[in-house]
Amino acid sequence: MLDDFILRAALAGLGVAIAAAPLGCFIVWRRMAFFGDATAHAAILGVALSLTFYIPIFVGVLIVSLLMGITVATMSERGYAMDTLLGVLSHASLAFGLVAVSFLSGVRIDLMAYLFGDILSVGKMDLGVIWGGAALVLMLIGWRWSALLMSTVNPELACASGISPKREKIILTLSLAIVVAVAIKVVGVLLIAAMLIIPAATARPFSRTPEIMALIAAIIGCGGSLAGLKVSYVMDTPTGPTIVCIVALFFGISAFCQYIFRSKPTNA
Amino acid sequence: MRILTTNNLCVSFGGNTVLKDINIHIDKGEILSIVGPNGSGKSTLLRTLIGAVMPTSGRVKVVSNQIIGYVPQRLNIDATMPMTVHRFLSLPKRQKQQSMDAALQHAGLTDLGRQQLSTLSGGQFQRVLLARALIEKPDLLLLDEATQGLDHSGSADFYRQIERVRQELNCAIVMISHELHTVMRTSDRVICLNHSICCEGAPDVVSVAPEYRLLFGLDDDQMFANYRHHEPETPLQESFI
Repeated sequence: MLDDFILRAALAGLGVAIAAAPLGCFIVWRRMAFFGDATAHAAILGVALSLTFYIPIFVGVLIVSLLMGITVATMSERGYAMDTLLGVLSHASLAFGLVAVSFLSGVRIDLMAYLFGDILSVGKMDLGVIWGGAALVLMLIGWRWSALLMSTVNPELACASGISPKREKIILTLSLAIVVAVAIKVVGVLLIAAMLIIPAATARPFSRTPEIMALIAAIIGCGGSLAGLKVSYVMDTPTGPTIVCIVALFFGISAFCQYIFRSKPTNA
Repeated sequence: MRILTTNNLCVSFGGNTVLKDINIHIDKGEILSIVGPNGSGKSTLLRTLIGAVMPTSGRVKVVSNQIIGYVPQRLNIDATMPMTVHRFLSLPKRQKQQSMDAALQHAGLTDLGRQQLSTLSGGQFQRVLLARALIEKPDLLLLDEATQGLDHSGSADFYRQIERVRQELNCAIVMISHELHTVMRTSDRVICLNHSICCEGAPDVVSVAPEYRLLFGLDDDQMFANYRHHEPETPLQESFI
């Protein structure tokens, strides 16, 4: 049944969309959009290292993304301005990654596949990694949901309730690294942040509670993945960017709806 | 019963000593007020007590299994996060609908449960914060300038609610306030803080202490406060409150 490449691509897209939705909400709430970007960009360095040392891409990317997350978190506590710090680290890691890849003599790698994803070449093994990673992220976030929400609302209120905001931040960083590592095959390094942020931002105007926002974001992400796959098949366009285009369209519609209904008094 | 003590607590940020050798204790059922000028370390002290700030040296000892309620000075809910009042009251532990409704009613916010936090006024928000802190029936309640942004009657309501909470729950209350006359009227004990403890004791003792007068001068408010404490039975005062 999994022999059809379109079916495998669809399942891969759904896996990433479902894992990215709740995590993306936290990234939006905590204003960490650039943090997601930096972690994703670091992944290309992970690809280079994986190919150099003959370790699975997933493992290499996971390690480098995690290191990136920890570096950013530690340095921001030392008083660097967050946007400057991320601007430096995000692009530096992308540049180092691209240079590192060029050193790999003898290996002919398709750089475009890592930058923009190659969802149509997802194999059964990749599918296992994607769904395994997605399940892990969902379990992590589901398990810590209340504590994560509380420390996002206010770290001090979280402390008073016996929750450690630092620990929750580590859990988010870890989840982000896992999502980046599994999503690189689907949408590529440059567009991972889009799959995290756009569905969450699209869901915001229709949500009354954090839970509903995460749920709507998941539905939008899934719809965008399937529709993007279909459109790219029909129009023969690159699949990863097409998926992002579709969710971006959803965002446009959502923003338009919000603009139309804004004048009416609403509790939402 | 003692529920919290600190041992030679020191806190410094990047070489700046904010708190030095703080030794305080809090007993069940008492209202302790912390007063001091801006930047004297009052908020830092509260944040150290809840564990949000790590002391540079010294220790905070809390009797185990105490539920701590905390009302911060201000709280910004990011507009990107949808959050109804009900959902907020249920964070981090899910609360029964009944207890949430009761808490909102006590706070004078009936019917606001389904509203988004971002649409509340400053005063309403402050009451929601207090309602949330009280919903778990805390043993220790920490208030950081909790009446900031409340109007005169709102502030009076707030202190009435604090007094009622103390009687119902017999919890200890630590509050930071700039409203000196209210502090002197409602507290059992006052600590005057300026990086280290300048003086402490019953309100009538502190308000005549030379260290306190050095920090706050002597204005009409305190004259009034002293007067109140010496002759609490005079009926005339009610009209001033």
